[in-house]
Amino acid sequence: MLGVLAFVLTDADVRIHPTTGEEFGQFDAVRLLYVHVPLAVMTYVAFGLCAVASLGVLIRRTPWWDVTAHAAAEVGTVFCGLVLVTGSIWGRPVWNTWWEWGDVRLMTTLVLFLMFAGYLALRRTTGDPRSVSRRAAVVALVAVLDIPLVNRSVEWWENRTLHQQSTLNDLKIEDLTLFTLMLGFLMMGMVLAWLLLHRFRVGWLERAALDHAVAAAIAERRAETPDAEVRRSVGETEDRS
Amino acid sequence: MTHVGYLIAGWGITLGTLGIYAFRLVRRGRNLSARVPDAHRRWLEDQGPNGA
Repeated sequence: MLGVLAFVLTDADVRIHPTTGEEFGQFDAVRLLYVHVPLAVMTYVAFGLCAVASLGVLIRRTPWWDVTAHAAAEVGTVFCGLVLVTGSIWGRPVWNTWWEWGDVRLMTTLVLFLMFAGYLALRRTTGDPRSVSRRAAVVALVAVLDIPLVNRSVEWWENRTLHQQSTLNDLKIEDLTLFTLMLGFLMMGMVLAWLLLHRFRVGWLERAALDHAVAAAIAERRAETPDAEVRRSVGETEDRS
Repeated sequence: MTHVGYLIAGWGITLGTLGIYAFRLVRRGRNLSARVPDAHRRWLEDQGPNGA
């Protein structure tokens, strides 16, 4: 449905220059924005959720918050990567460049992506899992501070970005274009929710599988070793048992 | 229609990446489900404050 609206029912961005009469605008490249902008907003949502869950990790220290933070960071990083790629593909026909190193929004978005890639790398390090969780939570809380910079960069450094200023807040778009963009938010929101749910389940199952494997190994060791020897190896005395 | 190649690339990469990621998540979930007892296949049980 989003595809039908984006490709069939909405118009291309074609404007007429008031003095020369020449056509200008984004033409059909504007149809890329129906995925690029919702992806960007859902990136904010995913990383925001990761920050909230990271606070939960530091305060409550429960596995639920930890798995939620990890899931939100991974899904958010996938979305953020797609934001960079779709933005680059849109920028080539509209700005005549794939990438602009001086653009503040591009750079802050890249920094956001790299910081959460670092978060995911930190989660893969070996060591005490609780310590890794707490360190990752701190990284997430620092990384999420970049989101206001990404979002407000076009207002605060308007001369250092190729991006246009905010059009949604000022309602500079309307009618079917606005409706299609809103539908894009809804669709990407549903995709984000589905991915978060399944990534959370995978994280939860990883913990359960690890616990189950450890319990099975201990049971196997107990089965093949006389009871007294097992008690000695784990430091138990006859009296305690 | 203008910029057809860019449109196919942008939409294709987005839908393809999300589709592949979703497929891999489901497959990982199924593989992990097979490695844990039935009672631990959901996230409803309370594991305590330290996830014991």
